[in-house]
Amino acid sequence: MNAPDKPPPPAPPCELLIVGAGPAGMAAALAAAPSGVRITLLDDNPVLGGQIWRDGPGAHLTPQALRMREALARCANVHLLCGTRVVSLAGSSALLLEDTKQGWVQPYDKLILCTGARELLLPFPGWTLPGVTGAGGLQALVKAGLPVEGERIVIAGSGPLLLVAADTARRAGAKVVRIAEQAGLPAVAGFAAQLLRWPGKAAQALGLASAHYRTGTRVVSAQGEGRVQSARLLHAGRETEIACDRVACGFGLVPNTELGQLLGCTLAPAGGGAQALAVDTLQATSVAGIYAAGECTGVGGSERALAQGRIAGLAAIDDSAAAQRHHAERAHWQAFAGQLQRHFALAPSLKTLARPETLVCRCEDVTQAALAGCGGWTEAKLHTRCGMGACQGRVCGAAANFLFGWTPPAPRPPLSPARIATLASPHTPD
Amino acid sequence: MKTPDTVTMQVNGRPLSVKTGTSVAAALRIADAARMGVARHSVHGEARAPFCGMGICQECRVDIDGQRRLACQTLCSDGLRVDTGFQAGGQNP
Repeated sequence: MNAPDKPPPPAPPCELLIVGAGPAGMAAALAAAPSGVRITLLDDNPVLGGQIWRDGPGAHLTPQALRMREALARCANVHLLCGTRVVSLAGSSALLLEDTKQGWVQPYDKLILCTGARELLLPFPGWTLPGVTGAGGLQALVKAGLPVEGERIVIAGSGPLLLVAADTARRAGAKVVRIAEQAGLPAVAGFAAQLLRWPGKAAQALGLASAHYRTGTRVVSAQGEGRVQSARLLHAGRETEIACDRVACGFGLVPNTELGQLLGCTLAPAGGGAQALAVDTLQATSVAGIYAAGECTGVGGSERALAQGRIAGLAAIDDSAAAQRHHAERAHWQAFAGQLQRHFALAPSLKTLARPETLVCRCEDVTQAALAGCGGWTEAKLHTRCGMGACQGRVCGAAANFLFGWTPPAPRPPLSPARIATLASPHTPD
Repeated sequence: MKTPDTVTMQVNGRPLSVKTGTSVAAALRIADAARMGVARHSVHGEARAPFCGMGICQECRVDIDGQRRLACQTLCSDGLRVDTGFQAGGQNP
């Protein structure tokens, strides 16, 4: 029962709940909408689009992103809930949600998880200094209006995202002074050669080419008084120091599987030691009625996410015949995902990025030395509080998986910091 | 100046006008360029600024209209009151 002083839940009941409004979630909603089912599409960001189609004063949305956004706005049976996060499960076939005003229980018949991926952020000396961000993180911040005009920026880590982040920063007026890719030249050249199979990607890569791009190069440290003033980079055994105002460093992406795990969905290896939500040919997870699409099923880019999202949306309305028509498209982009993983595999030498005094857990300020003596997550939590802070191990868990080979901790509710009033929500059944 | 394309808010008690659609994380940097938009201090007192940019790391948590919220996932709006300086530990949601 609703308490009399509480506003009604902001979303009407729905048959299909989609968590995550990036390309996969938007495609799923658009594919399912013509059936007439009531759909709720939610996202914890203030606007839809996910990371790649994040809107803001510094964003340049693609025509496709704008088209899909407009199409969704025309769907009377799709209810958009931005700025809304999933706190926990609420009995069977319902989630406890929270926005800035209230918490409430949202029941569903079917659920599609499009929870995306986060960056793999590896600790290195100076990575907690103001001015150090993720690479995709920098891109997200710039799109949302972060002023970087005139700033000198070093971008480091691994993967094509480095070039995309550099392009966004440059368009916002920054001077990208170095792009340091950890993968060696043969691997990057091999990837580039394969791109002919995906002409759109090849054209995009050409547009992003930069004279400041260096392969086989990794970050050593960032330093400065109270903020970043320089970065040290290592290439072929030689260290160089580059004066800069920012260091943006990301080592690829990690699927966000936490909600799926809490729901009991099985995981599958996703390359590079990461785990993703396991799905079948119709994007169904191991739990009946729950589908997954996009980066939470393995990292592969927005085109793969769109194909998977369409299949999941159609499967969720029991139109498997229509879903199958997108299988070839999905396979085409799945192959691209395979190339990404093969060519941008992280060098084991990156495990020495963190020095003994480097903080690995940014929430609880736990050093590499304190963790190196532990046998695994449980011991690390008990002895150091690593992973027990506000991010709940989202950052240090993935880092420790790479550094020490520890399996990330199983997620526990609440999935993100939530208000007491939400946890005691009167809309919670029983 | 207030125009239809800007919103006016307060950061640590000082008025600030930013473009509509700007995140609070970006506003922190605009309000305090010298410190790169510090949002909070860690358990050992280190200054921390927005880091992951996408709602994961929680480094940008600040007080927004009396609630602890993530600066990177909150849009600036007219009259919004943002206060930085959360000390980690003892700051429960």
